Amino acid sequence: MKANFLKHLPNVFLIAVFFCFITVKSLASELSDDHKKFNAGEMIIHHIVDSHEWHIAEIGHTHISVPLPIILLTEGKIYSFLSNRLNETSEHGVKAYGEFIYNHGHFEAKNGSRVYDFSITKNTAAMMISVLLLMFIFLGVAKSYSTNQGKAPKGMQSLFEPLIIFIRDEVAKASIGPKYEKYMPFLLTVFFFIWGNNLLGLIPIFPGGANVTGNVAVTLVLAVFTFAITTITAKKYYWSHIFLPDVPKALYPLLIPIEIIGMFLKPFVLMVRLFANITAGHIIVLGFFSLIFIFGEMNPGLGFGVSIFSVAFTLFMSMLELLVAFLQAYVFTLLSALYFGSAVEEHKHAEHH
Amino acid sequence: MELIQPGLGLMFWMTVTFGLVLFVLTKFAWKPILKALKERESSIEDALNSAQKAKLEIQKTQAENQRILDEARIERDKVLKDAQATANSIINQAKEKAGDEASKQLESARLSIQSEKNAALTEIRNLVGNLSVDIAEKIVRKELQSESSNQALVQQYLNEAKLN
Repeated sequence: MKANFLKHLPNVFLIAVFFCFITVKSLASELSDDHKKFNAGEMIIHHIVDSHEWHIAEIGHTHISVPLPIILLTEGKIYSFLSNRLNETSEHGVKAYGEFIYNHGHFEAKNGSRVYDFSITKNTAAMMISVLLLMFIFLGVAKSYSTNQGKAPKGMQSLFEPLIIFIRDEVAKASIGPKYEKYMPFLLTVFFFIWGNNLLGLIPIFPGGANVTGNVAVTLVLAVFTFAITTITAKKYYWSHIFLPDVPKALYPLLIPIEIIGMFLKPFVLMVRLFANITAGHIIVLGFFSLIFIFGEMNPGLGFGVSIFSVAFTLFMSMLELLVAFLQAYVFTLLSALYFGSAVEEHKHAEHH
Repeated sequence: MELIQPGLGLMFWMTVTFGLVLFVLTKFAWKPILKALKERESSIEDALNSAQKAKLEIQKTQAENQRILDEARIERDKVLKDAQATANSIINQAKEKAGDEASKQLESARLSIQSEKNAALTEIRNLVGNLSVDIAEKIVRKELQSESSNQALVQQYLNEAKLN
């Protein structure tokens, strides 16, 4: 297995370099198109945040992007159209369609009423693609368990089985204890969802490249799921630990608020950790590329010189990000499991508190 | 869209999609997979346990066999020894009996020889006696023809009888 991996390593390396150059090319074309000073911060933020269209590249003046459905809710009515129907206006960065104005990534109604944006954005679409992929893979794996019953695992099944067993034995059983079984589906889903999206985020071209797990809305929903499951399944000891801590009564006014804050802080930290780690990874990779253009503006030769180091560092960072992709999925799953463990924990002397 | 401001639409779609994928995968993937894994693990464990049991069983049987074999060997040795002893005693008995018989026969032979001898002697004695009487009678008949000689003879006999 190891020898096999090493055999393919040059190919992996070539593919990685190839993808790096594709990204360089798309960035370079952006730069030449705008004919304005390269702003690394703006470019990086543009690539990290969500957007209403899936931008792939610009070649010359031609934008290559996948149009995405815009769904707007205003005054109880739903409006829906594709993002490529937005028309340019005289003002820079402002577009319009029918009753709506698109101003720097936000929709406003011309009559000033509140607009709720339920668009299938780039991250939504990427997340949905990843979910379809997850379902395709794991329904297939589940099927091979019934067709391959009582035999050694094969193919995809043998790829994912060690991970499933790892989550079950090292994460769920170790952190939750004997009641781990009811939490397994959530832990497995969240682990493979995060890992899959982290990996897809590392692929620079469509349908990858979206910063799904580095989006605070996504990590917020995941953290809320963990929080909700913890709170709903919490047993007596969990609540007694918060509202009747094992300290003198005089300390209650101090400790109870701290415990309540801690209850919300745990999922909040989950949300921030995943978001920050993944976003930071993307920022570092894009930062290395920006160096090429920052130096390239001073002198094209210097830009090419720096590109060697930039690509090398990006390659290194991409390898590191592969590790981080797994690690963050593991950490999120492990901490969720620990919170579930604290929710179902039962002490023998819990009655005395 | 801001970096740290969660988008409403994305939150909505994320909740819906994640909830859906959680439901679908739980029902159609995780539960069957975990069940299959558990079943396989328990069947492997059962197989290992029964193999272990079979191993112990075999060891036990082997020990039993060895024990039976040892016992049989001891039994055989004992039987052989007994047989040897019996044979020896039978031979000894036979020898003794033969010896006894021989000495008994010798004894009876001796006795019969003795009695035969005695009988023969008696017969001889009788014969000699008769002969003597006959001779004596003849002599006496002849001697009685002269008185003096009779007297002398009687005297002689008397003397002889005294000596006896």
